[in-house]
Amino acid sequence: MTALLRNHWDWLLEQRWLLPVLVAIGFILAFAIPEYNLLNKYVQLVLMYVGINIILAVSLNLVNGYMGEFSLAHAGFMAVGAYTAALLTMKVLPIAAYPGLFPLAVLAGGLAAALLGLLVAIPSFKVRGDYLAIITLAFLMIVKSVIENIDFIGGPRGIPGIKKLTTLPWVFFWVVVSIWMVRNFVYSKYGRGVLSIREDEIASDLMSVNTRRVKFLAFMTSSFFAGIAGGLFAHLLQFISPRVFDIIKTTDILIMVYLGGIASITGSILGATLYTVMLEVLRPSTVAGLLSWLPDMVFNPLNEYFIRHLGVWRMVIMPLLLVLVMLYWPRGIMGLREFRGFIPRRDREAHHVLKIPKSGEMP
Amino acid sequence: MSDGIVYWLQQILNALQLGSIYALIALGYTMVYGILTMINFAHGDVFMIGAFFCFMAATMLGLPFAPTLLLTILGTALLGVVIERLAYKPLRNAPRVSAIITALGVGLFLENFTLALAPYPKHIPPLLENVTWDLGGVSLSSLQVIIICLSLGLMIVLDYVVHRTPVGMAMRAISWDKTFVPLMGIPVNLIISITFAIGAGLAGAAGTMYALAYPVIDPYMGIMVGWKAFISAVVGGIGNIRGAMIGAFILGGVEIMVTAFFPSTYRDFVAFSLLMLLIMIRPYGILGQPRTQKV
Repeated sequence: MTALLRNHWDWLLEQRWLLPVLVAIGFILAFAIPEYNLLNKYVQLVLMYVGINIILAVSLNLVNGYMGEFSLAHAGFMAVGAYTAALLTMKVLPIAAYPGLFPLAVLAGGLAAALLGLLVAIPSFKVRGDYLAIITLAFLMIVKSVIENIDFIGGPRGIPGIKKLTTLPWVFFWVVVSIWMVRNFVYSKYGRGVLSIREDEIASDLMSVNTRRVKFLAFMTSSFFAGIAGGLFAHLLQFISPRVFDIIKTTDILIMVYLGGIASITGSILGATLYTVMLEVLRPSTVAGLLSWLPDMVFNPLNEYFIRHLGVWRMVIMPLLLVLVMLYWPRGIMGLREFRGFIPRRDREAHHVLKIPKSGEMP
Repeated sequence: MSDGIVYWLQQILNALQLGSIYALIALGYTMVYGILTMINFAHGDVFMIGAFFCFMAATMLGLPFAPTLLLTILGTALLGVVIERLAYKPLRNAPRVSAIITALGVGLFLENFTLALAPYPKHIPPLLENVTWDLGGVSLSSLQVIIICLSLGLMIVLDYVVHRTPVGMAMRAISWDKTFVPLMGIPVNLIISITFAIGAGLAGAAGTMYALAYPVIDPYMGIMVGWKAFISAVVGGIGNIRGAMIGAFILGGVEIMVTAFFPSTYRDFVAFSLLMLLIMIRPYGILGQPRTQKV
């Protein structure tokens, strides 16, 4: 029986129509859910956050997972994208008359972030490892500090009253674009360069990999999608301030990436989804709702001593879970493995060779 | 004395105070890095826990300054050892990134755990009678003298321990080579535990002094101070103990000077820009040794 299922599964994965059909179903659902209120508003909101976090995790994985650097600047790129997009929709573009201009604002946010990504790529030519991590951290702090000091964009108070323009179809669209672009990048000639930089930069330089160009491209792609996610995030939360994009935000994204596993798109999707959903599920109201079928005799004391206090304690439980995952599962859920459907056909056999670095040591 | 000199002296004094607190924390980062090549991102939160231990000892037990400091140092040292044993030791042979992420997780756990127990900022009672002397226009408080002298004293002791005692020799040996050192009969686990205890204890001392100098404490205070101490360690050349001290005083000096001449909101901007420049010019820090990479 399992053999039969496995055969069908393999057959399914070989089909060229598989991914397009999945994407099409996704789009239909993304349009139908808000239109016909198939899910309640809260679940829709969580879905959109899941999508934004997937974009963030997949794009950070490009630099931290595939290229093996340790970048802490992702929240900074996100901030740049969020501020650019929010300023465009509030002060420049006539959004009230033409709501269709919203994707332009998000795109501009992504491009602005990509431009700054170039700036971070330059130090990475000379500096690697822990020291590059510091540079990216410094970059994050500088972005935050600059925003705090420009009064025109609200300074430390931030921008309130952004219109809620982010919708489920747009989030889904950008999720698909980010996964598609990162996947194509990783399995392209430059993607091999990215992997070779992770394994050994000097050796790949000697093998005539243009490491500078590869780093430029990787940092730019990564920061571009961080900016996109920032733009979507700003128009979902409807309020941004420098404090939203601090080091804690970067830590969140890092956790999603490493929980899912490095160098794996599937991993990032799973990591972002699990992390976001877990944080939501552990809310007192959700847990109370989930357990309300219990008899009163059990439910009431549980509620009194445990569930009502979850609001604070869930933030204690999450990092504890992360530490446990890292201790017993150091590679994360999908570390260095990939869902076969995401791997281009010509690479499916070769992927097994790429998969296990024998040294076991990763930067 | 002219006004200009008085002003400068005053600022240098403030820089020394801030720098010595950064230095005490930076030492923990740099020691752990030297011995395990691991960035212990939870270290800033150990510093925060130190401030809270100080608060508990001072209010719940009602202790005076010296026992409070001692208890705090012991408490954080124990915490450091427990964290290492439970969270880092199992990952010693795992990819480096897992250890870093675990450290971030431990840090978040400490922050949020403290937040769950102490949701509101706490006020530290004045443990020391603060006398301010006026030295020709430069005001010098007894608190400043205690912070600076105590920190310098601890640093001198640490420098002596690391460079002149058998334990210090074992530490340096482990950071030099991990394969053959155990064969020489050096108890690697014990030495690593001692390293964590010393590092965390120094962070606890820094927490106490910080809490005395800036008496409102909250669970997130360790993040920014921790990162700045980490930066100090990197500026000095991470893994190098004397470098960490130099880096901390440089960073303290830069921060104080920036606030003296610009609006204080530019402090982080200038400090981090300088850091970025320094790393681009000298990627291995002031006292760090460039490592050659073999293919």
